[in-house]
Amino acid sequence: MTARVGVVVFPGSNCEHDVIEALGLLGGDGSLLWHGDRSVGAVDAVVLPGGFAHGDYLRPGAIARFSPIMQAVGAFAADGGPVVGICNGFQVLTEAGLLPGALQKNRGLSFLCTTVDLRVDSRRSVLTEGVEADRILRIPINHFEGNYTCDEATLRRLEGDDRVILRYVDNPNGSMHDVAGICNEGGNVVGLMPHPERASDPLLGSSDGLVLLQSLLDAAGRGAARSLAG
Amino acid sequence: MQFSVLVEVTLRAGVADPQGATIERSLPALGFEGVRDVRVGKAIRFTIDAPDEATARSAVDDLCHRFLANPVIEDTTVTLREGAGVG
Repeated sequence: MTARVGVVVFPGSNCEHDVIEALGLLGGDGSLLWHGDRSVGAVDAVVLPGGFAHGDYLRPGAIARFSPIMQAVGAFAADGGPVVGICNGFQVLTEAGLLPGALQKNRGLSFLCTTVDLRVDSRRSVLTEGVEADRILRIPINHFEGNYTCDEATLRRLEGDDRVILRYVDNPNGSMHDVAGICNEGGNVVGLMPHPERASDPLLGSSDGLVLLQSLLDAAGRGAARSLAG
Repeated sequence: MQFSVLVEVTLRAGVADPQGATIERSLPALGFEGVRDVRVGKAIRFTIDAPDEATARSAVDDLCHRFLANPVIEDTTVTLREGAGVG
């Protein structure tokens, strides 16, 4: 069963083809969805890619959350469908209220474009369930607003429920408790600042992102099998 | 009726403000001593049509909460007065 993954293109997205290429390396079937669509169509998972949706005007993700497709993405997520927001996509998911907290400007006010070590802290998500806990993954980051923040109660809840899925080994941006990625209560909605699609071939310096994307494709494939059975 | 509106968006107390901190740190080098509590925000100005001031305020509050600010990290202060144009 080939998992079908819809990758949403907002005006200003710029990582959508990288995501489709990386998923394709693993046998996934990625296709582009337009932000102005009102449906996600027949897909088994949705990815909100990196970039600068709507120019990042006002705040990253602030305008994208009002794009027509976001209602359909919310409904897909509410049905348990896997939704992954990468970098700008993570910012969109927090602005849309599909994930708690917010991404603020990096500590030190530097735009960061580098490769970092991440620790898999929880397997409770569609992106990490196929990866060993505590495994260290080397994956690029590329952001200005990646400094995760939320109130104390939210942070306690996230950590208590094992919803911090990835942490920076050496915190590059000031993110609370080294948070690099989180998930919702169901584990099916995930946001992360690092770009697994950019770590998809040894030629790119690392292929550590593939285990995360494989995990997503496996989760998407299960959903596809379920909907056929239903 | 028309109301001119100024919305100031600032980071909530307790939220780190790296821009404000950077400005504050640079001030002594320029000879400005004794400046502290520097916070950087945004000012958004617009004109709104509404039947009365209460309706205008309520609409602006809704706009602030749902769009102009992210309540997780930002607060807003609204200044509203009758008449078009802004100042």
